[in-house]
Amino acid sequence: MTWVPTPYRVVARTVETHDSATLTLRPVAESLPGFRPGQFAMLYAHGVGEVPISISAIPGDGTLVHTIRAVGAVSRALHDAEPGTVIGARGPFGTAWQLDGVEDLLVVAGGIGLAPLRPVLGHLSKRTVLIAGARTPQDLLYKDELGQLSSVDTVLTVDHGDHDWHGRVGFVTEPLASLPFDPERTTALLCGPEPMMRFCARTLLGRGLAPDRIQVSLERNMQCGIGVCGHCQLGPLLLCRDGPVTGYPTARPLLSAKEL
Amino acid sequence: MTIPMADLDTLPLLTNLSHTQRAAVAGVSRIESYDSGTRLFEEGGLADQCWVVLSGCVVVDTVVPSRGRVAVQSIGPGELLGWSWLVPPYRWHFGATVVSPTRAAVVDTGALRQLADEDPAFGYQLSLILIDALLNRLQATRLRLLDLYGNPA
Repeated sequence: MTWVPTPYRVVARTVETHDSATLTLRPVAESLPGFRPGQFAMLYAHGVGEVPISISAIPGDGTLVHTIRAVGAVSRALHDAEPGTVIGARGPFGTAWQLDGVEDLLVVAGGIGLAPLRPVLGHLSKRTVLIAGARTPQDLLYKDELGQLSSVDTVLTVDHGDHDWHGRVGFVTEPLASLPFDPERTTALLCGPEPMMRFCARTLLGRGLAPDRIQVSLERNMQCGIGVCGHCQLGPLLLCRDGPVTGYPTARPLLSAKEL
Repeated sequence: MTIPMADLDTLPLLTNLSHTQRAAVAGVSRIESYDSGTRLFEEGGLADQCWVVLSGCVVVDTVVPSRGRVAVQSIGPGELLGWSWLVPPYRWHFGATVVSPTRAAVVDTGALRQLADEDPAFGYQLSLILIDALLNRLQATRLRLLDLYGNPA
């Protein structure tokens, strides 16, 4: 039942950054249907409220894994949930990354935008390049894990480095502009702040990638999760149903609009 | 060490140059390899060469009191390091240090400017390449100024 939260218990909590943590949730009784990479759940902190959170790993054993950034009252309550806490979950909701027929994969993530892309990494036998950006080295998600993904060529870049940082300093569009890739074989998945995705898409188009080879993840105020309440409307789309993952030809005019 | 043409032919940076024009660039360039920690240039020093990084990473930095050298920009594979040779007074505005083992094409910029002076068609294409690289750097810097990844809370 998509309207009623299913009880899940927090069985593990991993602090990722100063404001982000990953929760592993196990069903108290029944579990939700399986999620695909890119989809999201509505997570309910009892007595506080409900927010949409993308799935950030798919272990395949019925557990849910979500990386949550504390930005408001509800996400703060979820972020702070210790093992043993019971929270509610509804889903899976929304569209998934389209990976059928993909040859080479180019993944560009900014900030918390890496979370919805994490299930894609390392689970494909494709050539995968990841470019991930963050504000500082301390804000980068999954740093240790990314270093162990032998099947993924990873470029990490931050806005502001420090003396211990030996990765790149700069914006994600910069390595993207000089990265060797074959436009005829490559599919790009973009997730992060909308200006980041807009500029990345322009860079990729300039490098010869066709618009229909670019997918983006769009986010608005998802509430019902099933395209009924209209809170997440973006132009002609109800993003809880028609998104969050959207092809760039559909997203392009929406990404350029000042207000919708 | 002279530069193999294959290194230049595969660079997206130089795709707008003809093979002959890339050969001209190769003629005023050499390949160098650098260990981590190598200081390539200092703020205020004479800017008489530039680098196209083929592999590895170089950081552009400046000194900030009480913080030491602060990295402002990384230059990775396929990217151009060094603009100050383009216009007088040909002095570096920042410093640069190799942060991972790096292989680069080092261009004699005095000779490159001379090639551009002697062949305006080549000079025009070279200008377009440099403007494109500068624009990419400027736009990326503007996006960093937006602090897009900051927590909205």
